[in-house]
Amino acid sequence: MTVDTPSREAQEFREYVRRWLAENRPPAPPVRLPITPIEVMSDAQRDYLQDWQRRCYEAGLVGADIPTAYGGGGHTGFQRIANQEMGRAAVPFLINLVGLSMAVPTLLVHGSEEQKCRFIPGALRGDEIWCQGFSEPGAGSDMANQQTLAVRDGDDWVVNGHKVWTSLGHFAKWMILLARTSRHHKYDGLSYFVCPIEGHPGVTVRPLIKLTGERGFNEVLFEDVRIPDALRLGEVGQGWKVAMTTLTYERGAGEGAGGGGGARPIDPLIRLARESRRDGVRAADDPVTRDAIVRLAIVAEGLGQAARLARVPALNPVPMRIPLQQKLVSSELAQQVARLGVEIAGARSSLYKLDPAAPDAGHWPLAYMNSFGATIAAGANEIQRNILGERVLGLAKSK
Amino acid sequence: MSSPERARDFGFGADEEMLRDVATRLLDEHLPVEKLRRLVASDPEAAYERGERPPWDEGLWKRMVELGWPALAVPPEHGGHGFKLAGIAALMEQVGRHAVPSPFVASSNATLVLREAEGACASAWLSRIADGLATSLAITDAEGSWEPDDCGVTARETPEGLVLSGAAHFVQDAFKVDAFTTTARCGDALRLCVVPRDAAGLELHQDHIHDLTRDQATLRFHEVRVPARDVVDADAAAILRRAWPGLLVVVAADLCGSSEWQLQATVRYAQERVQFERPIGFFQAVKHPLVDAMVAIDRGRALVYAAAAAIDAGADDALRLARMAKSAASDAGAFVSDRSVQLHGGVGFTWEFDVHLFFKRSLHNQALYGDGVHQRRKLADLLIGPLAGGPAAESRGE
Repeated sequence: MTVDTPSREAQEFREYVRRWLAENRPPAPPVRLPITPIEVMSDAQRDYLQDWQRRCYEAGLVGADIPTAYGGGGHTGFQRIANQEMGRAAVPFLINLVGLSMAVPTLLVHGSEEQKCRFIPGALRGDEIWCQGFSEPGAGSDMANQQTLAVRDGDDWVVNGHKVWTSLGHFAKWMILLARTSRHHKYDGLSYFVCPIEGHPGVTVRPLIKLTGERGFNEVLFEDVRIPDALRLGEVGQGWKVAMTTLTYERGAGEGAGGGGGARPIDPLIRLARESRRDGVRAADDPVTRDAIVRLAIVAEGLGQAARLARVPALNPVPMRIPLQQKLVSSELAQQVARLGVEIAGARSSLYKLDPAAPDAGHWPLAYMNSFGATIAAGANEIQRNILGERVLGLAKSK
Repeated sequence: MSSPERARDFGFGADEEMLRDVATRLLDEHLPVEKLRRLVASDPEAAYERGERPPWDEGLWKRMVELGWPALAVPPEHGGHGFKLAGIAALMEQVGRHAVPSPFVASSNATLVLREAEGACASAWLSRIADGLATSLAITDAEGSWEPDDCGVTARETPEGLVLSGAAHFVQDAFKVDAFTTTARCGDALRLCVVPRDAAGLELHQDHIHDLTRDQATLRFHEVRVPARDVVDADAAAILRRAWPGLLVVVAADLCGSSEWQLQATVRYAQERVQFERPIGFFQAVKHPLVDAMVAIDRGRALVYAAAAAIDAGADDALRLARMAKSAASDAGAFVSDRSVQLHGGVGFTWEFDVHLFFKRSLHNQALYGDGVHQRRKLADLLIGPLAGGPAAESRGE
């Protein structure tokens, strides 16, 4: 039987990553870590996670596929391996989520040589944390309705406006910023910038508190903020196009060029079902619960296999059909997994994470509530369904 | 566990692509949906009130034989092409997409069973299959159980071979095949043999079914003598368990194909049908379910090719992936069938529109070899462990 053997280098890299992770598992964090980078609140958490990302980067587990000129490993197809192994080893996540999965891929496509050399290494090392400035109070699902204004003044742009839902904004050195440079055209009146955040005159970052009571995201106010024109990505008026590149990666279609992601979501659910008793019976022995778990296991396996299918051109007459589904499917899967965990935990799901009797340190109800971040962000899933219905199936546009 | 890099492209290469494209052209040309409707759905009374033998295009089957399709799954040592299941799955998608009435699906499944058997009997029949003989599996009892051990046929051993009595149920396309690949209980053992359709003592009773693109029968065995040369000399239950992932993939691929036809037909209707001055696809109550159907179909397809690649590689997770594929494809089939009728509105509810042809083939396929619930019950044993106090679970290996 023929098997497409992975290249020997890929196999060796996998073994290397596995060994490195086994030998370099970080010490227990000084403070409890949240589930994703979006909930990182304290400086202690940030320091711990930045240190971990730096070590992963230095070991070659981050930026593996990025050209060496920009501080990467210069390989092809290695990052997926590193991501898989980090997921499997259940090590802490990489804190620079926006940097790795949005800023770096966008810079690689649209950045000048100078911009790539300046920004990519720091994003990979995690020394410079990034945030995203797309959403505004009046520009959510209708993202092109940007009101933040950038006005040219000599070699600078002067920015005034208001961005919201800015994850990691309180730690960020840089923001990928979408702003209006012309009032005459909705889509063609946008431009894309890299904007300094930390300590930059005119920038105010204020925490927003989520429904869980956690911080982690922010609103960012711009009052006469000056950005040099050298920090513009792409041409003036081409910001929508650049933003689409970012969104393609944010929505998972580009498969995280930098690093991050990729655990097996069903295993913790099965563990929970084995140790939870409902009405005197192990939840793992309840046929209805078993069916519900397996349903999600099939979706999880299907998600990974669909990504694999999307890379076989002969089986994809419509190339973007599967990539455009990935954000929708993965965010709803995470929500359903968390929701099922809440159901399996039963009465114990009422316990907050600081209650010592809370199963899995209170993970399930918090994960469920936080899961709405992903089903709403990066284009609410209702918008994703419009995009798929219109661009892939060719149905009449809803707008 | 096998490493995630294996068969990155599911083993779907140039040969597989060429086979699929030839098949698509042949079926597009010879069985467009208008022709299918004229062939199988000209008269509802003939099909349902009078229960006549379902019509099919024997000429098209002859073309499929000329193109060597029956030989694809047959190993080269028995005169076949030993084609990868990844390629056969792509062919089955096209067969499902055209809802082809033919013995091809049933006979491919019997072929996958026989190729797991060794010895002279399997070798002889596989060679005949490679030459165009069609055979269907007769392995199911009156309750439609998918457990190999639940078998309604018993065998008596004689110096000349076996003598069969009892009945096999839910035999697919029985009136289109030349022979039946049959299991029979013989004391403690389960035996496998091949019985020609014209064997003395074998009676075929046509089932009265909904699916217009197939026939189905109950086989009654009245002391049917099977010579030793037509009996496989090995444990049939083990053979069926080895072949099972392949059977699931074949039916799941047919399902994915018919589901895709239903999706595209309903999308076309939503583009053309105007209400409230807009094509109905404009409305999100129509648009979003169509997207959900697409997502469900693609999950099924992805798992079909993953399972096919695992089977082709002899990987240990083939059964898990195949059960996932059949569950996902069955559920996608159920959902898209349901929406295809609902979103076509009044015309979807009529005999004249084509959606019912695919609706019924899909319903039939959803049940064959176990629906989504059945697959998930089995998967729970694999993933979570056997149910406390439940029946023994099937093992990961076989």
